[in-house]
This record gives sequence, C-alpha cells and structure tokens, in this order.
Amino acid sequence: MMELSYWQHLFGWAWPGVWTLVRIVALVVPLMLAVAYLTYAERKVIGYMQVRIGPNRVGFKGLLQPIADAVKLLMKEIIIPSGSNKFLFVLAPVLTIAPALAAWAVVPFSPQMVLANVDAGLLYIMAITSMGVYGVIIAGWASNSKYAFLGGLRSAAQIVSYEIAMGFALVGVLMAAHSLNLVDIVNAQHGGLLNWYWLPLFPMFLVYLIAGVAETNRAPFDVAEGESEIVAGFHVEYSGMAFAIFFLAEYANMILVATLTSILFLGGWYPLFDIAPFNWIPGIFWLLAKVAFVLFLFLWFRATFPRYRYDQIMRLGWKVFIPITLVWVVVVGAVMQTPLAFLVH
Amino acid sequence: MNFLTGVFYMLSVILLFAGFRVVTTRNPVHAALFLVLAFFSAAGIWLTLEAEFLAIALVMVYVGAVMVLFLFVVMMLDINLDRLREGFWQYLPLAGFVSAMLALEMTVVLGSRTFGLSIVPSPQPHPAGYSNTRELGRLLYTDYVYPFELAAVILVVAIVAAIALTMRRRKNTRYQDPARQVKVKREQRVRMMQMPAEKPSSTKT
Repeated sequence: MMELSYWQHLFGWAWPGVWTLVRIVALVVPLMLAVAYLTYAERKVIGYMQVRIGPNRVGFKGLLQPIADAVKLLMKEIIIPSGSNKFLFVLAPVLTIAPALAAWAVVPFSPQMVLANVDAGLLYIMAITSMGVYGVIIAGWASNSKYAFLGGLRSAAQIVSYEIAMGFALVGVLMAAHSLNLVDIVNAQHGGLLNWYWLPLFPMFLVYLIAGVAETNRAPFDVAEGESEIVAGFHVEYSGMAFAIFFLAEYANMILVATLTSILFLGGWYPLFDIAPFNWIPGIFWLLAKVAFVLFLFLWFRATFPRYRYDQIMRLGWKVFIPITLVWVVVVGAVMQTPLAFLVH
Repeated sequence: MNFLTGVFYMLSVILLFAGFRVVTTRNPVHAALFLVLAFFSAAGIWLTLEAEFLAIALVMVYVGAVMVLFLFVVMMLDINLDRLREGFWQYLPLAGFVSAMLALEMTVVLGSRTFGLSIVPSPQPHPAGYSNTRELGRLLYTDYVYPFELAAVILVVAIVAAIALTMRRRKNTRYQDPARQVKVKREQRVRMMQMPAEKPSSTKT
C-alpha cells in the first residue's frame, strides 16, 4: 500500500479520477480479451458440435485467430454509403458499444471487486441495457437500405418485447433478496447449490436465460440478421471496424447476460458446495466458471436450434414469458407471507 | 461552486440545447433522437437530487421503451416536410400568443417570489444508507396505496380501451393456432402407402 500513496501524492487532486480510470481499464481490457476469445470458443465449440475442427491455422491450435481477425478488420476500409445519414451512420456503433461497456460498472466479481457498488445496481443495469436498442435501430435507419431497416425494426421490436419479461424476472430476484444491490443479492444466496435462486425462482431463471439470448439477438432469436431473408440485417452496410464494433458489443452483451445470470440466479462467487475442498477455491474462479458455463449454453443453443419465425418470437415473448413471470411474482409474494418463506429466503 | 453544481449546469445546458433542437431540427428522426438526449439529461439532473429510482425509471420507460416505439413510427411515416411547414406564418401569431401566455404563467408560478431558494431551499443531502427506492416503495404501498392503485386501474382501462379501439379482425385472415400445431399426431399428417414397385401391366392401352 506504500506504492498506492506514492501515486496518490504524484497525482494530487486528480487522483480519484486517475484511480477510477485505472480500474475502468483493468475491467475493459480483460473484457475485450474475453470477447476476442469468446469468438474463438464459439467457432471451436460449434465446429466440434458439427464434427469439424474449427480454426486451427493461426498460432497453436488456432489460438491467434481472433488477433488475426481483429487486425484484418482494423485494416479494412470503412465504407459510408452515399445515401446514408453520415453522422448517425457513424454514431450507431458507438451507441451500441457504449451501453454494453457502461453496464459493467456495477457488476461485482467478488464482494470487494466492483467498480461502483451502488444501491440501485439492478435498476441501473436494466436502464443501461435498454439503451442498447438505439444502436441497432439507428444503424438500420441511417444505412438507407431496406434490408438494414427491416433488420433494425425487427430487432427493436424484439428487444422491447423481451425486456418486459426480463424485467419481471428481475422483480422476482429483488423480492427474494430484498435488495437492488448486486453484492447484497449474491450475499443473500450464501451457501451451496440449493441456496441459489435458480431453485425457488426456477421459471424466472429460465425466462431470464432465454430472454437474455433474445436480447442479445443470438440464435435462435437472430431474426435481426436473418441472412436467408434480409441478408445480414441492421449491419449489412457496415464494414471494417464499424462492423467489428457491432460484434464486440454483441459478445460483450452475451458475457454481461451470462455474468448477470450467474450473479442473480447461480449464486455469484459462492462455491458449488459449501464444504472443504470447494470453498478453498477463491470466489472469482467460481463466478468465472459459472459465466463460462452459461456462455457455453449460448453457443450450444446456436448449434442446436433452428431460427424462430418472427411471429413465434413475439408469441413466446408476450403470450408465454410475461404471463409466466407475472404468475411467479404472485407466487413468490404469496409464499413470503406464509411460514414457508424460508424457501425463497 | 462544487462538483455537483458543475454537473448540474452541464446537464442543464445539454437539456436545454436538446429541447431547443427537438423543435427546430428539420429531420423528424433527429428530433426524436434529441428528445432522447433531453430525457437522458433530465434523468441525470434527477440523479443529482438523489432521486435515483425516478431517474432510472425515466431512462427505462421513456428512453428504453416509449421513444423506441416513437422512433419506430417516425421512421416508417413518410413525412412531407414542405406540407408541414406550409401554414407556418399563418399560425405564427396564434402560436406566439399561446407561448407568451405559457411563459407568463410559468414566470408567475415559478418566479423567485414563490419558488426561490428562500422559499424552497435546495434539498438537504441524505445520510449514507438512504435509499430513495426503498423510501418510494414504502410511501407508495402505505400512505398512498389507494391513489397508487387507482392510477393502476386507470392505466389498465386505458390499455384495454386502446386495444379494443385498434384491434380489428378481418374475416378472411388465416391464423395459426400453436396449441393445435403442437398437439398434432403422426397419423394426422403422414399416411403410409403400400405400392407395388412396378406398374402392373395395364390393359387399357
């Protein structure tokens, strides 16, 4: 800690800002690396599921493939269509990536490791992730292309619909935990597998997980970029790094949803079983293992399920998920008034 | 001037600029996006007042849902700007009168004599551990439970009315019933036929 105070003296009044910046960099750099290697994992996992090998040329077992892809995309020209609205065309990727990164500000990795331990963390995340739709809808409109526009509209309607179900699933979590603070929510799930919220809130866990897939526009809910009918959807006119930014945001959002699922329903940093050999492992590894597991589910879904038809997506969101979560909110509320309240903590 | 005051002025400048651009910009999509910016800055100002629940609800409801649907509509409408601007000078006197009256009323109500710092002092900062969300929930579900539920009932009536007014079922539209689709058995869809591998030599030729 001697060194910390040395830096504090060096920067003087600017220290709080510098220190926050250092912590942001310490969060974003591993996140970007995780995004890069998630694309690699996706290609490998889906490759093996389809009895292929996947990328294996660049580096040992293809491990440098994401770096090569990033360099390629950086080198490419960004083409701005002549009929597009240039300012909004460039703004759209920014509006996509900014919420995907800003939401991480309140995500805790352990009781101490959190950038901003705010009280209304859950609300903050919901508000920030609901901004992500603007990038898609503006990209679709500013491109001045019918395919991009259709993709943008589809995606916007889908995200708005599933956000409601997602919000109600979170209502269940905050009812059980009596808190909106993410650290408190994890602490309320203290204990092993059977103490986590996936069990008492099982329908909400499923709804949250599936709505998370839909929110990130991933297969089988990827009608926004349904290549067979609308080419590539909202980002069809984008090239080079502008296109890569959309991908970065999509994968950052995937990791965010996986992390939130782990924190809200899978006990965060608590070990699988609260007994000797398991709780020797530091909590952050447990959290990362859970995140990796949920991300694997995402990839598994993509390799397994065919794409939903658009009206079926809307039906699932409005007529299935929202009623399920509404009923379960009432069930949780009723159980909490009975002697069985310990079931939902 | 402390840090918070600086934040307030910054957000206010952005809010006023965005509000001004909403009414002056030519492109309706730009106007809608400026309105989003205005909502977001207003949420920021509420945050500085320690009303984090209201601020985040503003972002969630207005920015995350209402304005998205608004953009949706504006993007799909074919708005003819020239026709919108046709009656500008004709309506200007009436509009000017209305806005002057509005400004006058606001000065009377919000003037320094009735709304100044001496009468409505800036709110005291709350102690650490104060949760605006918890406080709001407690008030809504105890002291104000009847008005709150009345508001909910009115909103439900509005939803039902909106759906009833706009929903029309055409007679010749075909619908799929997923429940029936799921319940289908193999026998209803597939019929196994036994056919001889070759055509029997016909007598008709």
